[in-house]
Amino acid sequence: MTTHLLDVDGISKSFPGVQALKDVRFRLDRGEVLALVGENGAGKSSLMKILSGIYTKDDGTIRFEGKEIEIDGPRAAQALGISIIHQEMNLMPHLTVAQNIYIGREPRGLGGFVLRERALNKKAGELLRRLRIDLDPRQEVGELTVAKQQMVEIAKALSVDSKVLIMDEPTSSLTASESETLFRLIEGLKADGTGIIYISHRMEELGRIADRVTVIRDGRYVGTLEKGSFDVPTIIEMMVGRHIDENARPATIDTHDNDVVLKVENLSTRSLVTDVSFELRRGEILGFAGLMGAGRTEVARAIIGADPKTSGTITVNGKAVGITKPTDAVRHGIGYLSEDRKALGLLLGQTVSENILLPSLPNFTNPLGFVQPAKGRNVAKRYVDQLKIKTPSVQQVTKLLSGGNQQKVVIAKWLERDCDILIFDEPTRGIDVGAKDEIYALLTDLAARGKSIIVISSELPEVLRLSHRIAVMATGRITGFLDNEKATQNSVMELATRGHE
Amino acid sequence: MTTSTPPTPTSSATAPEQINPPGGTERRPIGQVLRSQLQQSLAFATLVVLIIFFSISSSSFFTVSNISGILLSTAVIGILAVGTTFVIITGGIDLSIGTGMTLCAVMTGVFITDMGLPLIVGVIGGIATGALMGFINGLNITFLGLPPFIATLAMMLIAQGLALVISGVAPIYFAEQAFKDIALGTLIPGLPNAVLILFACALVAYVVLSKTILGRYTFAIGSNEEATRLSGVNTRKWTILIYTVAGIFTGIAGVVIAARLGSAQPQLGTGYELQAIAAVIIGGTSLLGGRGSILGTLIGALIMSVLINGLRILSIQTEWQNVVVGIVILVAVFTDSLRRRREA
Repeated sequence: MTTHLLDVDGISKSFPGVQALKDVRFRLDRGEVLALVGENGAGKSSLMKILSGIYTKDDGTIRFEGKEIEIDGPRAAQALGISIIHQEMNLMPHLTVAQNIYIGREPRGLGGFVLRERALNKKAGELLRRLRIDLDPRQEVGELTVAKQQMVEIAKALSVDSKVLIMDEPTSSLTASESETLFRLIEGLKADGTGIIYISHRMEELGRIADRVTVIRDGRYVGTLEKGSFDVPTIIEMMVGRHIDENARPATIDTHDNDVVLKVENLSTRSLVTDVSFELRRGEILGFAGLMGAGRTEVARAIIGADPKTSGTITVNGKAVGITKPTDAVRHGIGYLSEDRKALGLLLGQTVSENILLPSLPNFTNPLGFVQPAKGRNVAKRYVDQLKIKTPSVQQVTKLLSGGNQQKVVIAKWLERDCDILIFDEPTRGIDVGAKDEIYALLTDLAARGKSIIVISSELPEVLRLSHRIAVMATGRITGFLDNEKATQNSVMELATRGHE
Repeated sequence: MTTSTPPTPTSSATAPEQINPPGGTERRPIGQVLRSQLQQSLAFATLVVLIIFFSISSSSFFTVSNISGILLSTAVIGILAVGTTFVIITGGIDLSIGTGMTLCAVMTGVFITDMGLPLIVGVIGGIATGALMGFINGLNITFLGLPPFIATLAMMLIAQGLALVISGVAPIYFAEQAFKDIALGTLIPGLPNAVLILFACALVAYVVLSKTILGRYTFAIGSNEEATRLSGVNTRKWTILIYTVAGIFTGIAGVVIAARLGSAQPQLGTGYELQAIAAVIIGGTSLLGGRGSILGTLIGALIMSVLINGLRILSIQTEWQNVVVGIVILVAVFTDSLRRRREA
């Protein structure tokens, strides 16, 4: 029997209260790319942290080149030739590219204490040239774009002679052409015999680079598909455990005769937004589509007063309103749900109930200003039932909820604050495929009950799935409106690229 | 129409999009270098302006004896500030350097005056006291996981208490002139040795910070401790070492102040830590970690001494001097945060 490069079997790991991994297995051969897929929280990252020595496993065996091994720290993994490119940036922004790549392994002189900076830069320069990454070794990493920082991470991982390279969502912040550069790099590494474990949420990439796909769900092994036998719907079904329709559309509801609740006219900002006008009707879901940087988020931020506008009027329920700061927007019933939920939408360390009540706290105090917790908890409980928020209790700390349920907590917060106009910026970013459907159903239901909703999304199927009408933006302007029945991915893209030759 | 990369909507959380011409080799533009040194250059400009202002205002300011006096009064704070620059670059803070310095001075007195040990042994003992305190700070921060603020606040109180207990709340006097010469002798005519010690300390610290592994990991830990640890660097070991280095400088400052006063004054010391931290911050070292320089710290310490000396020469009440120093700190940190806001 030939030995595999890496043979992982029966791995289990539990944290207090959570069984993160149970009896997970996979194997990796030299010169192949194994894609490891699963929903957020399926246990991919925990598994990779065990391999790179950050966590220790509770049970199971790891065989490396046929020998059973224990990995008891990052250094042990490095010594074996297992390197990892972390999903979250693991760079020192104040150090240069070269200093980051060789941190802990700097060329040294004089008893190992003095740095040989010139040798360091030369070494890094040679590495970058070999990898065909166009970066100056002496540039400070904090000054680079996210994509270039990602390239530094990759160069760092490849600077040691790795036999196993783990990439945790390496393309999540790369453009298409940068991803292509990365794929070529991966092909070169494969040819050299490196085994690569590739974690990604981008299904379309798997066909491009993966030799095999291993799926895990809820910390358990589901199955492995060989090249040629996997397609995206099958993989998604294995990940989610049920079938998901990618081409769904909303039920046709005619909202054309409903009252206009929000009217924006000639809105412009200093930086990008130019002469944007649109109307939003009661019960309508208006999608905002466009490429990255088209100005969709900027329109939302200008409407709610988070950024200054240079011109434009906003009318809510027929009355012109002056909105210069977010509190004004909330007062007029406009709630904005940021794409960065964790940083801008939630107090992660606080309970579900505290988060839901936060903007409406004055309604839950007695005349002396003391908060009445029981009253608040009942209201929070009502939302947990109504929005089907999966949480053991309203006293649960929000951090411990899944992405989809966290999003529901944010929605509950604005509903309690009596917001009739809800602006969702990337409502399902970071939410699992399975939980997305629930958010879609919730948004559709909210609209049916008379809320008016704007959905900003970079995922075209999502915009088409949700919106009654779609506004398409390009370079800060609205290039057209499409009714859902007439909209296709192509017609939206055509409008989104208008003005880009 | 030429297409340029539009900023991504998520750019608020990330570095600004930078467009580089494809194929062109990237060199750091001079503007960028200047910007990263802005705080330090600003501090230097402030120092020059202050010196010019006081020189014009009073003829007794820019004289050899006054400048030498300013330098002498900078020495102790300067040495403390140089040591604590390391700690602040890691994103930490050391509140124990003021009273710690006093304890080191008292221990030097115990060794030399009370125990009659040779001078050199007493001096090394005083410095070792500082190193031990720094070492314990480092242990408490890394192994007990205490926040630096708390760990060093506790050490500040412990050092203060010990200094009083050991000395019996009375000054310990040094009889030997040779000891006093450590600070007040003049190897270079007109320049007290204390100033030479400050410059030597600064030079050593500069080399360690910019040319050695210790310096590199000081910046790395301050920039992103977790990333440094995951890169296989033993961050605990280096953190302990960094606090120990700061402690050594505290010990040197203790010896210098004892030599300068000819006695170890157990009641002295509180407030020195804040002045030293102020000097570091005025010099452009970021309290958030990852950025800082010894040269900046030296300039920061000089700004404070020049200000205090100049205000005294202009016969401004002592009470007002603190107000002015407070305002200088506000302005310095404000310009620093302005710069960071522009970068973000």
